[in-house]
Amino acid sequence: MTPLLDIRGYRLAFDGFEGRAEVLDGIDLAVQPGETVGIVGETGCGKSVLARSIARLVEMPPGRVLGGSIAFEGQDVFAMDGRALARLRGHGVAMIFQDPMTYLNPVFSIGSQMVDVIRAHDRAEGRSMRARPAARTRAAELLAAVRLPEPDRLLDRYPHELSGGMRQRVLIAMALSGEPRMLVADEPTTALDVTIQAQVLRLIAELVATRGLTLLLISHDLGVIGALCRRVVVMYAGTVVEDADAGLLFDRPRHPYTRGLLAAVPDLARPDHRVAGIPGHIPNLLAPPGGCRFHPRCPLAIPRCAAEKPGLRDVDGRRVACHRAEEAA
Amino acid sequence: MTAPLLEVTGLAKTYPLKGGRAVRAVDGIDLALTPGESLGLVGESGCGKSTVARLLLRLIEPTSGVIRFAGTNIATLSDAALRPFRRDAQIIFQNPHAALNPRRTVFASVAEPLVVQRIASGTELQGRVARLLQQVGLPETFLWRYPHELSGGQKQRVCIARALALEPKLVVLDEPTSALDVSVQAQILDFLQDLRTRFGLTYLFISHNLAVVRQVCDRVAVMYLGRIVEEGPAEQVFAAPRHPYTRALVASVLPPRPGALPDAPLAGDVPNAAEIPPGCRFAPRCPLRMERCTRDDPALEGNAHRVACWAA
Ligand SMILES: Nc1ncnc2c1ncn2[C@@H]1O[C@H](COP(=O)(O)OP(=O)(O)OP(=O)(O)O)[C@@H](O)[C@H]1O
Ligand code: SF4
Ligand SMILES: [Mg+2]
Repeated sequence: MTPLLDIRGYRLAFDGFEGRAEVLDGIDLAVQPGETVGIVGETGCGKSVLARSIARLVEMPPGRVLGGSIAFEGQDVFAMDGRALARLRGHGVAMIFQDPMTYLNPVFSIGSQMVDVIRAHDRAEGRSMRARPAARTRAAELLAAVRLPEPDRLLDRYPHELSGGMRQRVLIAMALSGEPRMLVADEPTTALDVTIQAQVLRLIAELVATRGLTLLLISHDLGVIGALCRRVVVMYAGTVVEDADAGLLFDRPRHPYTRGLLAAVPDLARPDHRVAGIPGHIPNLLAPPGGCRFHPRCPLAIPRCAAEKPGLRDVDGRRVACHRAEEAA
Repeated sequence: MTAPLLEVTGLAKTYPLKGGRAVRAVDGIDLALTPGESLGLVGESGCGKSTVARLLLRLIEPTSGVIRFAGTNIATLSDAALRPFRRDAQIIFQNPHAALNPRRTVFASVAEPLVVQRIASGTELQGRVARLLQQVGLPETFLWRYPHELSGGQKQRVCIARALALEPKLVVLDEPTSALDVSVQAQILDFLQDLRTRFGLTYLFISHNLAVVRQVCDRVAVMYLGRIVEEGPAEQVFAAPRHPYTRALVASVLPPRPGALPDAPLAGDVPNAAEIPPGCRFAPRCPLRMERCTRDDPALEGNAHRVACWAA
């Protein structure tokens, strides 16, 4: 089967005046249609730049692709012309982010912004553009689909009149308007309170199931990832360190970083599990450690780890990038 | 029973708005902390947790209420009379990046309270600061570093060292690990536990993260719209919550395990603190609501485990 998304050896850097930071160091990741994939990792590990790269949303410069490729439905994303790109961003991958307010214009009503988006998708698909009243009807349907009450009245309201949870639903409705194949959600509930987070995650799960969406969910929260994803990709300092079925990853993590991460998360249901931190801190990507980027903090590091970068290998039913993956269990 | 270190009664903070309305950010709370205990204060954004923290430390003025610290009502003391209290009670904020002056070295930041309170100078000062740094697990070489040379976790340790400089009795921690990654959060939580036992500190630990509070606290108080709705031993409140809001909060927590997506236990959003509903403030969202709930405001009742709910 051709993967929906196929990322190979992708390397991305940012040039700044302190030098070049290699923020993604050879990412290999293929996603099949219908998969629900979570990307987890701590601040600065590259989750968001990876997600944004899929829809070519990273600004270049300062960004610079050093190598590798990203293909969506077999098409090279970096080779797309304006029209193909517009189509990719509506009908291919739709994205939602942590802070919906950044993507909503405060001076226009929800309805007028949604109508514009719906008509822009018509244009990108090469259809004749719907008239505004028809687009407005469609906008109301989408708001109903994300379970917002009284969609017709909501269309006339402004972003600041809505709560954070409602705004995120509006963004999800807009994301659905192009009938995308893949939904990329970058920390969609991080800014929300837990009770509202539960509502929004439930909604995303339902939409994924009923519309057959492929989901790429990015979060630093293993609970959020575990709730929605069947497959989990763990990133550390710009590399994929482990990629496994969720059950396997949570029960039998193999990469020392994954194990450290799981040991650090407090679990309300297991108060006897005392959290343990990972010593040290994330590396400066202007001068990343050689070899395995995790080696300065790794309890299993051996001299080889500082000298040679471990590639992703198939070990024990998952992919893992660690020289000692066989021993770490 | 030991006398409480801190005892708060009827504490309230109201911000007047135009048109005679008011935001009741903290709407009458009672709270007590015994020496050496760690009380967690949990609730969602805007429920008034941070306002409580600032009131307790007299960083803002209460509208009404009594704050008794080691027997003295500090709610009405003058600035001069507050001086000893300012030594005994310290606060640590969520964002270590904003809490440190970027142009001052670690030494200058940690030494500041000792200099301001004229407690130490010269070589004695330097020795004390070096010892504080050691206590928070940072090497002495960090003394001459600037904040931009430190990671988030290291900055938070510097903030903790500064808070400990005056050997406080009470430390209020307002979301102390919320800006940190989990691997660093775990280090800080572990080390906060250790400090508490070593120095006999009393903590008020504010957080929206129930699992974090469960790790650090003996007791927990749950706030909703400016009130405490449930309070009791942490294991009881989390394992057998009695208030329907606490139940919803606990049910919303996502465990770090696959496939555990809870049914959204609560519909709707938190009302605004300027429009607190009559009767029980939770009634509009409450699955157990009865007729009485929209009429009468329930008080926090019980002994070791207290609940403010007509149905509990
Ligand atoms: N200076 C102020 N003027 C008006 N309203 C205020 C002021 N300070 C706080 N509030 C309001 O008081 C309520 C409680 O605020 P507070 O910041 O204490 O909540 P919190 O629980 O700490 O929130 P978070 O977890 O998001 O920090 C909110 O409704 C807030 O908008
Ligand atoms: S390759 Fe070496 S340093 Fe890297 S995670 Fe494995 S054992 Fe640790
Ligand atoms: Mg707060």
